[in-house]
Amino acid sequence: MSKQKYPLLTISSEIEQPYNYSLGRYGGRLLKELKHNKKIVGIKCPKCGHVYVPPRQVCGKCFVKMDEFAEISNKGNLESFTVVYFSFLDPETGQKRPVPYGYGRIKLDGADSGFLHFLEESDLKKLKIGMRVEAVFDENRTGNFKDIKYFKITKERNPS
Amino acid sequence: MERVAIIGVGQTKYERNKKGETFADLVFEVVTKALDDAGIAIEDIDNVVTVSNDFWDGRTISSMAVTDACGSYGKSVSTVEGDGTFGALYGLMRLLSGSFRSTLVVSHCKGSEGSNHFITNAIFNPIYERIIGLDSISSSALQARRYTEKYGITEEQCALVSVKNHKNALNNPFAQIAMDISAEDVMNSRMLSEPIKLFDSSPISDGACAIILADERMAKRVATSPVWVKGIGHSADAYNLGDRDLAEPAALIRAAQKAYNMAGIKEPYKEIDVAEIYDAFTYQELLWSEGLGFCERGKGGKLIESGETTMGGKLPINPSGGVLSAHPVLVAGLARIAEITIQLREEGNGRQVDGAKTGLAHGINGACGQAHCVWVLEN
Repeated sequence: MSKQKYPLLTISSEIEQPYNYSLGRYGGRLLKELKHNKKIVGIKCPKCGHVYVPPRQVCGKCFVKMDEFAEISNKGNLESFTVVYFSFLDPETGQKRPVPYGYGRIKLDGADSGFLHFLEESDLKKLKIGMRVEAVFDENRTGNFKDIKYFKITKERNPS
Repeated sequence: MERVAIIGVGQTKYERNKKGETFADLVFEVVTKALDDAGIAIEDIDNVVTVSNDFWDGRTISSMAVTDACGSYGKSVSTVEGDGTFGALYGLMRLLSGSFRSTLVVSHCKGSEGSNHFITNAIFNPIYERIIGLDSISSSALQARRYTEKYGITEEQCALVSVKNHKNALNNPFAQIAMDISAEDVMNSRMLSEPIKLFDSSPISDGACAIILADERMAKRVATSPVWVKGIGHSADAYNLGDRDLAEPAALIRAAQKAYNMAGIKEPYKEIDVAEIYDAFTYQELLWSEGLGFCERGKGGKLIESGETTMGGKLPINPSGGVLSAHPVLVAGLARIAEITIQLREEGNGRQVDGAKTGLAHGINGACGQAHCVWVLEN
């Protein structure tokens, strides 16, 4: 064999995997309510009373089945936020996602768990923990979590 | 608990774009190193645990692709998908079943072959968090913001973790990012997802790590300096980020308490000589230090400011440079165990903590530290 040096190579490929994720009866109800009534629904644990959103079958703490749906407000308090500055190719649009954009963790009125979604505001100076925010719905809703476009800051004062 | 010892460890150098080796090559390298380190042959291993993840490897049942490289032909081999500390935990349990004398645990990851954003985005529920594009960096940013605001942790205190660990990495031949930088350099580095900046973050890494566990009889027969497992604890928190208070490391507190109870440790800050903990981001070293009971809740910032976690302090944390200096996902926790083993054998050279007798290694699994595994080791 010759003593030739061989370059270090890589081979690029992409894996596309189609999935049909079931929403289940709980997730389905949330997305239907978002689409048709612009309402957010959660679910209440019969044992500890904790109200979860998005709704799901089991309260993890109590390990009991939940079936009492609860209407949750479209408004809440901003518990945490970030503004993202790095971009990536968004598989839904095929385009680079424009930056900056904001994410928030929101405690909706009537819920005990946090709700994660986009924020309209991406100017850090205007964001503050504890401020009041409200869901803004898309005009053309398709029964998708992104039927909520984002949460916008409201002029209301935090009651707490 | 029956006595179990770590009798051999092996690590690759951690690097981005290790194009010269496939992931199986990396596994073979570290298994060979760990066997040499233990002074045994592959025939002396009767149980193998491999640790890998199909998304990172881009291959289904990826664990089965390394059977040649880990010498598991004809042996009892089983697999863990999660951090290496959990693979080692499973290996330990297999040994304690009494069915095996020795266990090889090996973990590999080539972070540079895939996309960190897409793979970590796929952690989340596809219907809710995944569809809005959250990933490891942006979800951790939500945790960082919540933690630092709740307890008044400053940006500079987080930056000091980066300064310390990247400087420690200068003494670790396996580290990927080793540099002498200032807190200003960290705070002026490129913003990724506020408040997390480039130098607050761990890098994309390729690498592998292996450890060999043995029962007491085998350890005493073959090892000149066995490192004994004194305590272990693990615990998990809720999957949904919305269900957790991200500022509270509840699962870690439980995991640490179990490990300390087993090891008979009452005052971890005084009794532990060296710790390697999973600092994927700077704020995590502070938050996990609190969860491990090295300081009171909310005092992680004061702890780094005290200087006691730097080399020469009361409790040096991450003498290797930690995960901030090399972050092969799944491997990183096992590397923490390997590094503590090196410390307790006093083979750390430039990164050695003098006279270390008791050490702690820590790994995490899931977004924002959903699950934790804590190991207390002694020489």
